[in-house]
Amino acid sequence: VIVPQALLDRILPHVQKPARYTGGEWNSIVRDWDAYDVRVALVFPDVYEIGMSNLGLTILYDILNHQPGVLAERVFAPWVDMEGAMRAAGMPLFSLETRHALTDFDLIGLSLPYEQLFTNVLNLLDLAGLPVRAAERDEQHPSVVAGGAAAFNPEPMADFIDAFVLGEGEEVVLELVAALRATRGQGRDDRLRALAQIRGVYVPSLYAVRHRDDGTVAEVVPLVPEAPPRVVKRVVATLPPPVTRPIVPFLETVHNRAPIEIQRGCGRGCRFCHAGMVYRPVRERPVDEVVAAVEELVANTGFEEVALLSLSSSDHAGVERLVRELVARLGHTHLSISLPSLRIESVSVELMEQLQATGRRGGFTFAPEAATERLRAVINKPIPDGELLAVAEEVFRRGWKTIKLYFMIGQPTQTLDDVAAIVDLARRVRQMGRQTVGRRTQVNVGVSTFVPKPHTPFQWVPLADLGEIRAQIALLKERLRGPGLKLNWNDPQETLLEAVLARGDRRLGAVIHRAWELGARFDAWSEQFRFDVWRQAFGERGIHPDYYARRERPADETLPWDHLDPGVSNAFLWRDYQASLQGETRPACREQCTACGIVRVFREERASVADGAWVCPPV
Amino acid sequence: VDELHRLRVTFSKGEPIKYLAHLDLHRTWERTFRRAGLPVAHSKGYTPRPRFQMAAALPVGITGEAELLDVWLTEPLPPDAALGRLRASVPAGLRVLAAAEVPLNLPALQSQLRAAEYHAEIETAESPEAIQVRMDGLLDAVSLPRQRRHKGRWQTVDLRPRIHALSLAAQPVPGKVVLHMRLQASPEGAGRPDEVLDALGLMVSPHRVRRTRLVFVFDK
Repeated sequence: VIVPQALLDRILPHVQKPARYTGGEWNSIVRDWDAYDVRVALVFPDVYEIGMSNLGLTILYDILNHQPGVLAERVFAPWVDMEGAMRAAGMPLFSLETRHALTDFDLIGLSLPYEQLFTNVLNLLDLAGLPVRAAERDEQHPSVVAGGAAAFNPEPMADFIDAFVLGEGEEVVLELVAALRATRGQGRDDRLRALAQIRGVYVPSLYAVRHRDDGTVAEVVPLVPEAPPRVVKRVVATLPPPVTRPIVPFLETVHNRAPIEIQRGCGRGCRFCHAGMVYRPVRERPVDEVVAAVEELVANTGFEEVALLSLSSSDHAGVERLVRELVARLGHTHLSISLPSLRIESVSVELMEQLQATGRRGGFTFAPEAATERLRAVINKPIPDGELLAVAEEVFRRGWKTIKLYFMIGQPTQTLDDVAAIVDLARRVRQMGRQTVGRRTQVNVGVSTFVPKPHTPFQWVPLADLGEIRAQIALLKERLRGPGLKLNWNDPQETLLEAVLARGDRRLGAVIHRAWELGARFDAWSEQFRFDVWRQAFGERGIHPDYYARRERPADETLPWDHLDPGVSNAFLWRDYQASLQGETRPACREQCTACGIVRVFREERASVADGAWVCPPV
Repeated sequence: VDELHRLRVTFSKGEPIKYLAHLDLHRTWERTFRRAGLPVAHSKGYTPRPRFQMAAALPVGITGEAELLDVWLTEPLPPDAALGRLRASVPAGLRVLAAAEVPLNLPALQSQLRAAEYHAEIETAESPEAIQVRMDGLLDAVSLPRQRRHKGRWQTVDLRPRIHALSLAAQPVPGKVVLHMRLQASPEGAGRPDEVLDALGLMVSPHRVRRTRLVFVFDK
């Protein structure tokens, strides 16, 4: 089914940003539909501007469209106005490239980067005309496979998704395609069993979850021989070549720039950080490869900005040479080069200074996450106050006028004193700016609420009490004002939902389904988020959100995601959690291996590459 | 400062990209110039921007058949060479029709624009006669006050003096009418085709509007 342009033309004049729905961008790939035997819809369950900023989607689109016999097209969530118009017109969800209905594809590949997109997934399946529950779909329907950060605990979405991919998708996506080809014409059950045999793929319907009387998980057992008792995530031993022909969006997207990944994984070991634990090991892209790719990227896209992406840019061993070379080669071309995720250290300031020569001078962003040395030790992001202030001074001295500081509240062991210290620290930084530059300096403080995530050392800890969080925000609102100071914070109720879904189990499927029926969608959008709907859904399904979000989980409890293995072991996470309660820090991987488990689990992959390719020690 | 060169480019914005807003098209041109490797001059100051100007914003949903832009270059480039490079670098839906070097001292295109001509094809069961009656009413009116939202505030705009000409083409297909409009488009203000259609009670009917011509001072 192809959605006719004429029908679309009747709808689009009446919706916001109609170019979200028309495709045709530079470097988008439109294939001859009938000439391909495996057709993949890559679905990002949020609006175009957000989905188009996702690097994973960019990578998979490139790989699949260059695989013989395979085509891949993009699908994003229609905004609420477009959804209304589509439902009124009886128009199914369609792809941007050829406007085919989702049901025409063989594989629906969903990106699940965060939990607040869960209801959008149900909504998209429904808009496509597919049964929302996986058990109600049959072999006539496309396979629905999801991956991304939130897939490391996919249990709350187990009712709706056929298979989850754990970890990096570059290789496994081709194995999925092969499995679909091999099982063409066979029944749904055969197809699921074939998928379950792919390393890194978790087919939830092939496992039974047994609960104890107290409601906790007793065990998760495979129901068929094809399903492995533990599913270990996938990693690529060597980073594949970067995409140098990414799509150039017409619309202003969230990250409207050419992305290039300079490093994958982070070995800093911040204890709150999900990405830092699940994306290990740390692999650097060689400097020369990055430089060559940046030149190609600019020529192929015309982007005015290139972003050098990683979880901690200043950790890349060659970052100084990289920046020097890029500035030397491209500094005269009005190209701006951004380097997000810089650590608080003087080398960061020097790198930024060099890059500023190429383009505009915005603010300088640091994320100390906690305002006292004690709490920074607890979360394993140690940096002495003196060093932090010295770096801030350096930033001001070199001409920046704005510093953004990000903090979290509600972290384990945090007291009101730690929160009050945010005010003090922000004031001291601002004072530094006043002395160094003058009155026009600005310190913007961003505060978010800590959400305990699975597969991290804090996976056992409760989410902070809502009343406490509110008191902390109130304190900040009251004290963090005055010239040159600005505070931003987020709604603690949105945080509660994220916390429930992040560490939930399969019983939450009923709540998600009910919330969606009641109208929940775009839960990550403050103006769309409706906590009343979720409260009603929890109530009707007899589930208390605090059971998932605010319960201290004992060491011997089987966690709902224990059968899913990101390579970092639970034993390591527990040791690290205990160390945190003693205020003990742990060195970064680069300084000393902390035996997190990665090398043990991925011994073969480690052995297959050169000693310097991973930060992990050679085996 | 080196001598600059000014290139005037005629282009069309077609069906595939008619839903792009003006700012999106602006950004698309910036990136097209960069891909084409044109030696585009940049503005001075804190945030240097590529120097180019489009003659007139095209409303979202309307195609343009002969739009104009001027772009300033830091090096001379034969117009044919520029044309070739641009054609290889534009996204589908954007077509580069002509390029010519023009004197640097010409006034800005926007200041020279006077009117724009539109061709609107409307699906309607109404007879052309019935629509003609309403058109006559519109043209006979002394003023046609309309509310426009501008920068978050409502303001009243008189549509009547902005309609230079309005006529009905011979009916090509049953169930369709074709309207020709010539609307003011000058620094003093512009008439918008959707406002005319709305004033005629035709906005609800499915329609397709093309801007067929921009009329400049120098065209006369």
